[in-house]
Amino acid sequence: MQLLEQIVAHYNHWITIFLMVSGLYIVIARGNMVKKLVGLSLFQTSVYLLYISPGKILGGTAPILDDKFTVYSNPLPHVLILTAIVVGVATLALGLALVIRINEAFGTIEEDELFGEQEEN
Amino acid sequence: MALLTLMAAVTIGVVRLRNLFAVVILGSIYSFLMASVLIVLDAVDVAMTEASVGAGISTVLMLGTLYLTKTEEAAPKHSPVLPLFVAVVTASVLIYGTLDLPRFGEPNTAVHQNVAPRYLSKSIEETTVPNVVTSVLASYRGFDTLGETTVIFTAGIGVLLLLKGRRKKAENKTGDNA
Repeated sequence: MQLLEQIVAHYNHWITIFLMVSGLYIVIARGNMVKKLVGLSLFQTSVYLLYISPGKILGGTAPILDDKFTVYSNPLPHVLILTAIVVGVATLALGLALVIRINEAFGTIEEDELFGEQEEN
Repeated sequence: MALLTLMAAVTIGVVRLRNLFAVVILGSIYSFLMASVLIVLDAVDVAMTEASVGAGISTVLMLGTLYLTKTEEAAPKHSPVLPLFVAVVTASVLIYGTLDLPRFGEPNTAVHQNVAPRYLSKSIEETTVPNVVTSVLASYRGFDTLGETTVIFTAGIGVLLLLKGRRKKAENKTGDNA
């Protein structure tokens, strides 16, 4: 019973952590650079969840002021994560541009093949 | 809770699949799920941004890159044991840490005590904007937003510089052929 209660109380954190370590795993284990960038953005989206979910109040409503409501969820994490999303897509675009240039210069986007090429030279 | 579970399932798909096209489309689905979760968590502005930027622009950028490179990932050469070990250890440490965190949805946690109530109570009086997220973003924390636009500007310049050399090379190639 206590375990079930723990699961309900912390389910959001645990899913966040799962997404985070999956992103970490992809970044470490996979050699393909596009896949690595997908992993990075997975990691990043998990951070959105990490910030937004403590801001929620059960029974509260979105932080748009109105006479009908008295309890609002916390607006501050929303603002921080809005910034993070936009910065995230900017860095993703930069990363993908780098991948395109690497593909042009070396003809591959696989890390292993890139390192192999260097050793041959 | 069901949405969160669905997101975890999509993530497993992203980790396991090797066809990059499928991975990118799954990433788009993941972003839409994330947007739905954010609506449930009362973050409507963030949900809109995530749906348009995460599911829209990111997917288009990724597909463009795949068009210019390859859509199939090579089979991994190294054993996945070490990365898996690192991931599992990190996860267990973090989960151990969550046991001390406040329960989900409680109103009396530290997050809700400091500056947020002030924003909520003074927003109309000081900025006349009923949407508190807007007033914090543009008024109280306007400098943050200025910094954000600087980052986007820098990234834009970087992308342009990286892809500019490419266009010149392509022109040279067509010139040689003619």
